[in-house]
Amino acid sequence: MKHKTFFWFILPTLSAMLLFIALPIVSVAIQSLYIEHEQVLVVTENCGPFGCTEATAVDLEATASLREEQPLGRFNGLDTYTNRAHLAFAEIGESWNTTETWSAFFSEVLDLPFYWALAFTLTYTFVVTPFVLVLGLAIAVAVNNLPKMFKGPTIFVSLLPMIVTPLVGALILFWMVDGDGIIGATLQWITGDPTLSLKATTSLNWVMLIVYGIWSSLPFAFIVFYAGLQTVPSETMEAAMIDGASKWQSMRHVVVPHLMPLVIFISLIQLMDNFRVFEPIISFQAEAHARSLSWIIYNDLIEAGNPLYGSAGASSILTIIGVAFLLVPVLIRTWRDFNSKPV
Amino acid sequence: MATKAQSRLSPLKVVSIIFVIIWVLLASFPFLWTVWGSFKVQGDFFSKADWTNAIFGVQTLEQTGSRFTLDGYYGAWVEEEFWRSVINTSIVVFFTVTISLTIGTLGGYALARSGYKYAFWLLMVALVFRAMPHITLVSGYLLPFFEWNIWGILPTTIIVLVAINQPFTLWMLHSFFLNIPKDMDEAAMVDGCTRFQAFRHVIIPVMWPGVITTGLFSFLLAYNDFTVTRMLLSQENETIIPKIQSFLGSAQVEGNVMFAVAAVVSATVPLFILVMFFQRQIVSGLTAGAVKG
Repeated sequence: MKHKTFFWFILPTLSAMLLFIALPIVSVAIQSLYIEHEQVLVVTENCGPFGCTEATAVDLEATASLREEQPLGRFNGLDTYTNRAHLAFAEIGESWNTTETWSAFFSEVLDLPFYWALAFTLTYTFVVTPFVLVLGLAIAVAVNNLPKMFKGPTIFVSLLPMIVTPLVGALILFWMVDGDGIIGATLQWITGDPTLSLKATTSLNWVMLIVYGIWSSLPFAFIVFYAGLQTVPSETMEAAMIDGASKWQSMRHVVVPHLMPLVIFISLIQLMDNFRVFEPIISFQAEAHARSLSWIIYNDLIEAGNPLYGSAGASSILTIIGVAFLLVPVLIRTWRDFNSKPV
Repeated sequence: MATKAQSRLSPLKVVSIIFVIIWVLLASFPFLWTVWGSFKVQGDFFSKADWTNAIFGVQTLEQTGSRFTLDGYYGAWVEEEFWRSVINTSIVVFFTVTISLTIGTLGGYALARSGYKYAFWLLMVALVFRAMPHITLVSGYLLPFFEWNIWGILPTTIIVLVAINQPFTLWMLHSFFLNIPKDMDEAAMVDGCTRFQAFRHVIIPVMWPGVITTGLFSFLLAYNDFTVTRMLLSQENETIIPKIQSFLGSAQVEGNVMFAVAAVVSATVPLFILVMFFQRQIVSGLTAGAVKG
């Protein structure tokens, strides 16, 4: 295809992506270097019968006009990145010097909002992804063994947790694990503890969110593996059986290697999607116990009337750096494959 | 090839059947439970005393005189004006899907037919864009949109959703177009068509299966979106997902959780129908990217 034709064909989609994906990233980077204006204060003297008192008040008009003139705020350099709400270098340095043991140090670091969110996001990502891979493969193999007439309905039902809106799916589970909901009440009955609540402790909240994550992502891995299983060459399987391989051995040495490209594909998609975990925290109302990077950005932005663009910008840039770290291995691999291919 | 050994009920088969049954229950029970419960009163849906109340609707019978009630649906759709959000969602979803398919097919076709290196790099860039958490993009939109006075209206949200949709749409359509033989459009061009005429008269008639599958996923992205619609739409333009979230705050205080339950079920019904009619396309769409590696 000629360069010129290619250009006209790609122009609409490329300009949409540049304007609304690339440009916002630049805009976020700029915002992160600025901070909100301080309120303009005026000191007034009130003189009454008992002498004069000085009162400090916010000059709303002046504050508003200042915000109007410079909506970005005032220049703050990289200070937002290093403050307590983000990378908190000063606080970490201090904990490093004052704490004796590693565990004490880590518990102080985890009290810092950014590191707390990072800890949850990474735990969620790296627990959900392997579970989804292993269970997805198990279900795919099991469904593949079923008589044909059951396969269609099983796939239909399996698609539901994935296709349902994340916010809605999480809400449905949230109502069920409520102390008065079916799962919550059953758990109370099993443990004999009528005050047991999955929402009360941090660890149970994390478990709940991770279980939701697995439940909602499992169908995707299942479907992809199931499709992959249909393409396993039957000659190789028969050859393995004739050579005396057990079911488990042929699974381990024939099927799994055949599915390896799919494992990489699923891990890539899962890492990208799990890293931005956000809606379940809203639905489970778990923000007191679990916050993700996306959640802290959202929280800065919904600050009523006065969104903290600077803080949200800094968190966004740090999140994007995190995404870049996740993607680098994939990109390097693709780049190598691409270069080794004769063009 | 079914031999005797394969059709017999081996222990392995029993284990896998049990495993599948457990998964099917886990996947379907929450939905069945919530759909059934949405026709009950709150005392039954959240019944601590006896879970069978939720099935038989004991309190629903006491309070409303029937075992099923539409109170939740009435509250959500009429009192809380859920229908407004449904209209907004329909507008947003319709235009997002149409626009992103139109510009996506052009782009995907070009990427599939260009033999140059930059096409590959554009796909890589699209992959990186696909990985961006939506909330980071939203935090870049807010300030400029406020300044230009385009915040809160439907067209802005539609165009943003179209853009966020593009990386995925491009990847998928690109792999569908690769499956359409090159010879078809090249023959047309030898006969004197321009590239666009070849696309218009030769490719468009055969591309529908791929476009429909991609459209389903565009639909899901636009319909399921919470981050963008929650942050970029004003209250009167709210779509259903942010509307449900805003229910939660008010409903819990006023004891109207059943409104939210009814709204949730209403929001799930279109998705349910979608899976029912397009199961095959969804499955093929999920695997399309995978097979290409």
